[in-house]
Amino acid sequence: MTLVNLWAGALALALLLYVLLDGFDLGVGILFPFAPGERARRHMLSAISPVWDGNETWLVVAGATLFGAFPLVYATLLSALYLPVIVLLAGLILRGVAFEFRYKTVQFRWLWDGGFVVGSYAATLVQGAAVGALVQGLAVENGRYVGGAFAWLSPFALLCGAGLCIGYALIGACWLIGKTDNDARAFGYGVLPGLLGALLIFLLAAFVYAAAIDLPLLGRWIERPYLLVFPLLGIIAVGGLILGLRTRNDRLSFPMAALIFLAAYGTLAASFLPYMVPFSITIDEAAAPESSLRFLFWGAGLFVFPLTLAYTAAVYFIFRGKVVGEADYH
Amino acid sequence: MDMTPLNLSRIQFAFTITFHIIFPAFTIGLAAWLCFLEGCSLVTGRSIYRRLSDFWLKIFAVAFGLGVVSGIVMAFQFGTNWSELSRRTGPIQGPLLGYESFTAFALEAAFFGVLMFGRNRVPPVVYFLACLMVAVGTCLSAFWIMVNNSWMQVPTGFAQTPDGIIVPTDWSAITLSRVVLVRFPHMVLAAFVTSAFCIAATGAWYMLRGHAVQEGRAMLTMALRLAAILVPIQIGFGHLVGDYVHDLQPAKFAAIEGRWEDEQPASEVLIAWPDEAAQANRFAVAIPYLGSVIGSMSLTAKEVGLKSFPPNDRPPVLIPFLAFRVMVGCGLVMLGLAWVGSWLSLSERLYGARLFLWSTFLSFPLGFVATITGWFAAEVGRQPWTVYGQIRTADAVTPFLTTPQVATSLAIFASVYALIFSFGVLYIYRMLRAGPIPARDHGRQTTNPKRPLSVPGGSPGVDAAAEFGR
Repeated sequence: MTLVNLWAGALALALLLYVLLDGFDLGVGILFPFAPGERARRHMLSAISPVWDGNETWLVVAGATLFGAFPLVYATLLSALYLPVIVLLAGLILRGVAFEFRYKTVQFRWLWDGGFVVGSYAATLVQGAAVGALVQGLAVENGRYVGGAFAWLSPFALLCGAGLCIGYALIGACWLIGKTDNDARAFGYGVLPGLLGALLIFLLAAFVYAAAIDLPLLGRWIERPYLLVFPLLGIIAVGGLILGLRTRNDRLSFPMAALIFLAAYGTLAASFLPYMVPFSITIDEAAAPESSLRFLFWGAGLFVFPLTLAYTAAVYFIFRGKVVGEADYH
Repeated sequence: MDMTPLNLSRIQFAFTITFHIIFPAFTIGLAAWLCFLEGCSLVTGRSIYRRLSDFWLKIFAVAFGLGVVSGIVMAFQFGTNWSELSRRTGPIQGPLLGYESFTAFALEAAFFGVLMFGRNRVPPVVYFLACLMVAVGTCLSAFWIMVNNSWMQVPTGFAQTPDGIIVPTDWSAITLSRVVLVRFPHMVLAAFVTSAFCIAATGAWYMLRGHAVQEGRAMLTMALRLAAILVPIQIGFGHLVGDYVHDLQPAKFAAIEGRWEDEQPASEVLIAWPDEAAQANRFAVAIPYLGSVIGSMSLTAKEVGLKSFPPNDRPPVLIPFLAFRVMVGCGLVMLGLAWVGSWLSLSERLYGARLFLWSTFLSFPLGFVATITGWFAAEVGRQPWTVYGQIRTADAVTPFLTTPQVATSLAIFASVYALIFSFGVLYIYRMLRAGPIPARDHGRQTTNPKRPLSVPGGSPGVDAAAEFGR
């Protein structure tokens, strides 16, 4: 296993963890305006309060790894997706601060609640749109982006943005089901069937649209039939989620929703390989020279990355089970 | 200045990083201060140290949170606005800045949590060690930033491939260069002095108001005496930084000195208004020979002037020239305050010297101003280069950015920052005004390790929230 592959794996893991973990707390933000009253809102917030900013830091880990190990992709993607990245950062900042400041004031609570919701929607929408743009293909020549400021903004990208909002809302609802009792849990169960239906419609629409515009990535599925294992995994997960919904099994929903995300992520990642930016920059082309990767490996790779994983696991272990009331929060 | 994507990107970077540096400049010093207090508490067992430590920990937490939040933007801005720089120097700057993010994250993950909620769960020695680790971690973060920036000032240990990619060849030359070894202490000392003056000013404020007088005295005396030792050392390191600039960045040195012509022996311009169009200084007050003494420790040395450099290799003069003088001025005022205050503190006179207390109270921004103007001198003085002598700023910017794009992002950042920082600063002010919590309230101190901004304290929302919960 070469250092390049090791760092590509670390980056993939950091991004997957980001999508799964920040996904559910962004989802709670997306569901926030529809909650039945302040009491449910407080329960929703207390279900994500101990973990949300730890979740967000995986984005920083992914960014740092990308810059450190794959500077070419870091430079190309962030500049090509200029406005989405700026909106993502502003959304995350606003959201993170709003989360805390809503409890510092009564008079301005509407402001921070607004910030929390707007930040969650904006961050999710641009994440989805960025993935959509990447799937559709960015105009890159000789390792440099040659498209315009809004080249990322296509109907397909917007569809993906909306789809990710549905997806995050789904995994957020499942998190609420697993973590809370009473009103927030009932709310989670209430919205879950609709979200699941919407997600399936979105996937179908995305597939049909991709076929209609003859997306090059689809060709990969014919070349590599083993990729079908991921959609199969997705179907099993949807079945599990429906089962959990029917039997009101609180512990089944979140793992099944996570499995749906894993299946989608695996589908994309496996059909990208060996490209990092589809059909223009491969992993090997993007990698920093050996001396850089080695320098990064001896400290960050060997110690900090595993330590961070262990710490994340420990926090989730400490926070396992249902949130007991709101006494934990303030 | 034309509103080109390049200039707007520079303004955006300057704006976001200036906002950001305020918080690390404060927290690096506060972390060390907390360590010192915990150490004193451990050794002497006196309760005042514990009260001070608990109080400053809350301030530290909010400032740390705002520093982390504003730092996220920095981690991505190299790619969004400076993609050519990232593409070409990524093999060096990527790992260095990557280490900074990883260090900050590891520190936050592992030890900050212990500080925030571990008081009653771990033995005092372990708590002290956690404090120490946070302090070491903040300094380590600063170390990586200084390594990265010093490499941009004086690049070493690299080779360039035919297609312009800069590849590291000697990491020890990069991480432990002469420039790093003087600039890293200069930055850490700046942070320590900044925090010392914030602490002294808070102490003076309490004494003027007759509020929390015992704690106020302790803060004032400790911080002033610390500053009395640190400020002269800092001025010494400042001189060493000047030496490297003199030897390795002569155009920047000439701009900071406001020296247009080659001079032998050179005079030292104390104050002036450099006129870049006329290539001369107006209203200059200069001392003969002193320029050669400062530059080369000699009465006869020749010192290089700006006109020796081609116009397109010269930095702007006005900003480095003025920023440097503001920095030095702040340093000298702080030196005076620290020495006078330490002298007064040897007797009881300090506590009745209202004029001195007012001066100290009003001195709280000096450290921040000195830090920021010092950075302005360093960064603007490096122009027109981003990586000195290697990559021009004009070639570092993302080539396809448009003015509306950058204007939009700048407007977004400006409004979001204005919103969150005005509330953040208001919240810190409220906590400072309220003062250390009396001992009986200690039991109510609970907070969440991962959420530094959520520390409880006198604010209407918290009490209302608590009532709602019942």
